[in-house]
Amino acid sequence: VKISILLIILLIALAVAFSAGVRRSTALAGGNRRLLHSSPGHHGTLLAIWTVLPALLFALLWPLIASAGMNAYIQHGWQDKTAGLQQGEAVLNMETVHTVAEGLRRLNGYDSKIVCDEEVYDSAGEMLQANGEIIAPRLERPVVRAACSLAKLQTASVVIHYGVTGGLILAGFVAGFLRIRPRLRARNGVENTILAGLAIASSAAILTTLGIVLTVLFETIAFFSREETSLADFLFSTEWRPGEYKFGMLPLLWGTLFISGIAMIVAVPLGLLSAIYMAEYAHKRVRTVVKPALEILAGIPTIVYGFFALVIVGPFLSRIFSQGISSGSALSAGLVMGIMIIPFISSLADDVINAVPQGLRHGSYGLGATRSETILNVVLPAALPGLTGAVLLAASRAIGETMIVVLAAGSAPDLTANPLKAVTTFTVKIVSQLTGDSEFDSPQTLVAFALALTLFLMTLGLNIYALNIMRNYREHYE
Amino acid sequence: MTAAAESMSGIQAPADRKAKAAERLRKRHAREARLKLSAFAAISISLTLLAVLVGAIVYKGLPGFKQTYVRLDVIFYPHAFFTPEETRASAKLSESHIVNAKYMKLARLALYSALNSTPKVQPKIPESCAEPDTALEKDKAVCARVNALLSRNADTDLLREIRNAPGLAGHTKSVWLLASGEVDAYEKGDIDLRVPETRRKLKDQQVNWIKALETAPDQRIKMRFNTGLFTFSDSSQPESAGLAVAITGSFFMMLTVLLLAVPLGIAAAIYLQEFAPENAFTGFIEVNINNLAAVPSIVFGLLGLAIFVTFADLPRSAPLTGGLVLSLMTLPTIMIATRTALISVPGSIREAALGVGASKMQSVFHHVVPLAMPGILTGTVIGVARALGETAPLLMIGMVAFVYRMPAGPLDSSTALPVAAFMWSKEPGPEFMERAAAATMVLLGLMFALSVIAALLRHRFERKW
Repeated sequence: VKISILLIILLIALAVAFSAGVRRSTALAGGNRRLLHSSPGHHGTLLAIWTVLPALLFALLWPLIASAGMNAYIQHGWQDKTAGLQQGEAVLNMETVHTVAEGLRRLNGYDSKIVCDEEVYDSAGEMLQANGEIIAPRLERPVVRAACSLAKLQTASVVIHYGVTGGLILAGFVAGFLRIRPRLRARNGVENTILAGLAIASSAAILTTLGIVLTVLFETIAFFSREETSLADFLFSTEWRPGEYKFGMLPLLWGTLFISGIAMIVAVPLGLLSAIYMAEYAHKRVRTVVKPALEILAGIPTIVYGFFALVIVGPFLSRIFSQGISSGSALSAGLVMGIMIIPFISSLADDVINAVPQGLRHGSYGLGATRSETILNVVLPAALPGLTGAVLLAASRAIGETMIVVLAAGSAPDLTANPLKAVTTFTVKIVSQLTGDSEFDSPQTLVAFALALTLFLMTLGLNIYALNIMRNYREHYE
Repeated sequence: MTAAAESMSGIQAPADRKAKAAERLRKRHAREARLKLSAFAAISISLTLLAVLVGAIVYKGLPGFKQTYVRLDVIFYPHAFFTPEETRASAKLSESHIVNAKYMKLARLALYSALNSTPKVQPKIPESCAEPDTALEKDKAVCARVNALLSRNADTDLLREIRNAPGLAGHTKSVWLLASGEVDAYEKGDIDLRVPETRRKLKDQQVNWIKALETAPDQRIKMRFNTGLFTFSDSSQPESAGLAVAITGSFFMMLTVLLLAVPLGIAAAIYLQEFAPENAFTGFIEVNINNLAAVPSIVFGLLGLAIFVTFADLPRSAPLTGGLVLSLMTLPTIMIATRTALISVPGSIREAALGVGASKMQSVFHHVVPLAMPGILTGTVIGVARALGETAPLLMIGMVAFVYRMPAGPLDSSTALPVAAFMWSKEPGPEFMERAAAATMVLLGLMFALSVIAALLRHRFERKW
């Protein structure tokens, strides 16, 4: 409710400022529009920016700053007050303090005065309950005291929020209004503001990458700084038993590579041959139907493939091999992952083959080569770097795939080369360690970040290498 | 060497040479046919596999859109709503009466009278079964069996009937009530009667009752379209488990992505493509975006867990949190699509605009961006579709909770469509399995609709320069 009122105020200010800017500039021009450097619309927009932008920034940022400040203040004051009130055993629970403070602010002025100003802390719980709050009737005195000061701060913070936002709107409007002159370069002002906004938006990608690297790295360091863990064990041990603090990642690495390997064996020949057919043989009419169809298929959510592996492929394989592999197997996960990757590879490879200049093909035909000789001896060698890149990107995708393996690969960390046995992967263990019941700070949970960092580095290496190859390839033929 | 070879072949008789050439040509053409055939086989196999995938999901999921209902003539006895004193005082039906009435008892009594009215049902079911706690000890086994025919959530149907027409109290109405999951499974042929009775969920006596209802003069048991799939929340009982919460949650998440990732991604791409100076830093951003698009989605989930949940203290399993994570994930996709669309607008457009005195900003926003809009929209729709189907990052931020209450806003606990499919597929039994497949079909249908929109956009507005 609070935010929406501010939003409405800001929107009204925006509209008012815009029309004021338009009118003022038109009036200053006195009927001769050519006197204006910028159009009245630009003057209006610039005035609207001056009026709304600072106020909007403040309105958005203040609640964050204020709540952080208030929490720090309450936590800082806690120690002294417990001592003063002789309740050393009371533990600071910010959540309770916040609930009580909210209740106090809903209390009528007279009651809250009794509780806070006259320090009748013991009856606070009952009064709040009587007012319809869901709260324990017995509240510890320091909690109520902290809540009282928090409630006062919050009231003040709301006043500041509204007051300063309103002040900024007025100040911005007046300052902007007074700046309007016929010679004012309003358009440049507007454009520079927009440009700054665009530039800030483009840093989002960097911030995301930075966020990934820093958070994952930070938690990984937290994991390895535990005395139960060591980097050498993580990297080289073959035992994965988190319950007993044995975090060897080798079985997971093996499972990941095993399943991805099966997937690549299925997907690479089928995907590449499909791409060859699409790029070199298919009739144009076939192409216009099949290519979008493949792209749609490439967008099918992986949960669908996972479900398929779990419900259809797993039982089917266990019937064929008459072995108890219903709990998931490397083969069923790998096969289905292969099916998932086929459209991905064929789509990328199709683009790569199409990028090979037509002149090379014509040259080859001119020498009397058949179509297949041209493809095998001219087009594919020319496209090889790009195709390598496509296959590597697909491999990176297979390694990072989650839902298929979570549903169909099983969770046994075995170092087995039998594709009918269950194996497990990085992603399966990340999911199971983080959706378990362990505390966030326990090594059992933190190990997920170490696994994620390993996974991130593996896929990043593949991606950088593959994208580099593909970019060089494209530039080569442009 | 070559000269020697030529003179060698020159010695051979012309007929022999021709035959050899023909033989070579035949081999070359055979090789040609082989490559073409294997390429065609590959694409056929790929498309067949994908068709099998979709077909299997549909085959498994179609039964999930049907649900077994039982038609019962429910007598809304006044004593189910009023205490004896209130009846004497002829009190009016208030909200607390409506909420606290014993609907389950009414439904059960109606079931018994329907069963007892057919000659097949012997022995007759005692009415005391309607409240199993007070039933006679010898009847308890029978009571448990007969009560298991109706869904545990059948009472909500009756509650709704009374809500819609409070005048019903004291009258009789014929109502279609949810049958239990076991009855539903039997009707769909998922229960094998050859299995010994002790290992079956549905006992012989129950099967007889169902048959009695089926052969009743006015068919009392029937499969109808499963509206509950879209209107119910999640439930531990398969027959009353629905996707309403999941669909709402996914809707809020898509809204977040549309409001956050789309404008941000488009703005960033416009800056990088049209305004940014070409230097090492923008080169770095570009490499960065391409790599970000290939980072496994689960890593984004960990980022969301560490930043949004642990650090910024946003609620777990809230659509806003999930939407933020999905936004970060979709951002690179939208950026890349937008840049591709901008690149395809020829430079002459920009130069012409600048030539007639437009500023750089005007040339971009008045001319280049509108021309690139179809491509940008297509990329956006594809990005949003991908975000809609993404599961792994949502598992990381705790969107796996069992949520019964409908989320009223983006900060309430919720689930998502793909997560609901995931959760149900892990439940035992065919009832949940077919619902998981049905949820998957709903998801696929939405994705397909979005893809068609994207394709139409591209087809309608695409322009070749």
